Amino acid sequence: MTFLGHLVTGLSLGAIYAIIALGYTMVYGIAKMLNFAHGDVIMVGAFVCFTVVSSLELPPVLGIILAVILCTVLGIIIERLAYKPLRQAPSLAVLITAIGVSYLLQNGAQLIWGASPKSFPSMFNFGGENGISLFDGQLNISYVAIITVSVCIIIMIALTLFTEKTRMGKAMRACSEDKAAAQLMGVNVNQTISVTFAIGSALAAVAGVLMCSAYPALSPTTGSLPGIKAFTAAVFGGIGSIPGALLGGILLGLIETFTKAYITTDLSDAIVFAVLIVVLLVKPSGLLGKYVPEKV
Amino acid sequence: MSEILRVEDINVYYGAIHAIKGISFHVNDGEIVTLIGANGAGKSTTLQTVSGLLKAKSGKITFCGEDIGHVVPHKIVEKGLAQCPEGRRIFLQMSVQENLEMGAYTQPNSGIAADLEMVYDLFPRLKERRKQVAGTLSGGEQQMLAMGRALMSHPKLLMLDEPSMGLAPILVEQIFDIIKDLHKKGTTILLVEQNAQMALSVADRAYVLETGSITLSGTGAELAASDSVRKAYLGG
Repeated sequence: MTFLGHLVTGLSLGAIYAIIALGYTMVYGIAKMLNFAHGDVIMVGAFVCFTVVSSLELPPVLGIILAVILCTVLGIIIERLAYKPLRQAPSLAVLITAIGVSYLLQNGAQLIWGASPKSFPSMFNFGGENGISLFDGQLNISYVAIITVSVCIIIMIALTLFTEKTRMGKAMRACSEDKAAAQLMGVNVNQTISVTFAIGSALAAVAGVLMCSAYPALSPTTGSLPGIKAFTAAVFGGIGSIPGALLGGILLGLIETFTKAYITTDLSDAIVFAVLIVVLLVKPSGLLGKYVPEKV
Repeated sequence: MSEILRVEDINVYYGAIHAIKGISFHVNDGEIVTLIGANGAGKSTTLQTVSGLLKAKSGKITFCGEDIGHVVPHKIVEKGLAQCPEGRRIFLQMSVQENLEMGAYTQPNSGIAADLEMVYDLFPRLKERRKQVAGTLSGGEQQMLAMGRALMSHPKLLMLDEPSMGLAPILVEQIFDIIKDLHKKGTTILLVEQNAQMALSVADRAYVLETGSITLSGTGAELAASDSVRKAYLGG
């Protein structure tokens, strides 16, 4: 029974990593840049929801909606102001800018919300219960876990349909393969990159709310570590690949949880990263990454 | 004959390198015009500048009477100028049909089915392979796909950059038969080629490009008969 409990915890943690990793992987796939500020957008999303629900005492649904809207706008603004001027710049310049944006968001959050950790409201209580109890109370599954995994599945299906079937989705795939050729088809590359950032940031907001509902301590640095882990999950699964982000995220969540449960809590992150390094040594493009030969 | 494209005295730089040194040429409606020249002469640079992917430092590019020198690439495609780029640049991870649909990106959805049929009629091989991932096609098939993709946008001017590159002689013949066929059906074509012999055999008019300047121009037949062209490009 404890095993099942750990499995549920691992899956829901993995689903959060997967939702964050999707943002990383889509932005990398299309803009070919690592948006290290992505983790901090998660934190902003969580703070917005916190403010709406705890401070303004409005309904949780409104908190989630506002978090998604504000993060989407934030993502578009970050891209427009910080990354777009660097479109032709060397990738190191873009990377350093992303790190700068990350600190800017953390410090900005500290100014607005303060540095001390806040307790995130518990938003997924139904009928006074925060979960369901199975096997005479031997296994408790929280509503947050159920909702997190369901939301992750819905997002995956929606994104897959979006990239396969819609005009904008196809334009994104074309941009991720060859921007110049996409332009020759009539694709507005700047607009496509904007939309990608918008989607990634909206997902970050969702991830922020779900993550803080499961692990309720919220501070300006809350997004950093999950952001880095989700980035690793994206690389693990094959960066640029949407199913890869899902697989990488879920595996990362499971490995982390089982390591904590059965091996050691202190070294769990080190062990997680060791596993990833071994996998990447064997398969450098990640689990589902496509090896695309350089064209001459 | 009305003029479709006019390029006047454009200069293009790659950093400090002066790649295109004040070239001028034009293409009339219904013509095949070819730019021939050796590797590095500036042929692809010229096409990329016309498509808006590169910007000229000076000079003027007029397409259908409109100055397009400062128009962004995706808007130029909307105006009816399609380029089939060097090295084909098809989307290797997409299916054949998805590649063609990308070609119709600027077109209303209602006409796409009919346009697909038009391209499949022209290239029956593509129809057989329409669900296949484009990266698995042979070089000749990839070239056909790249040309079909460019045709999906109903171009008023189709620019082909080295369609014969890397293809076996028999495939080169096939590709040029298709170019002649497209011309007969009324497509206006600007053809960039290293294979001067083939290019001159189909072209109404031709320009010779050498290290960024146009050194000769005339009808296809005139240039094919010219001594300097024969020596430099046709093997004596």
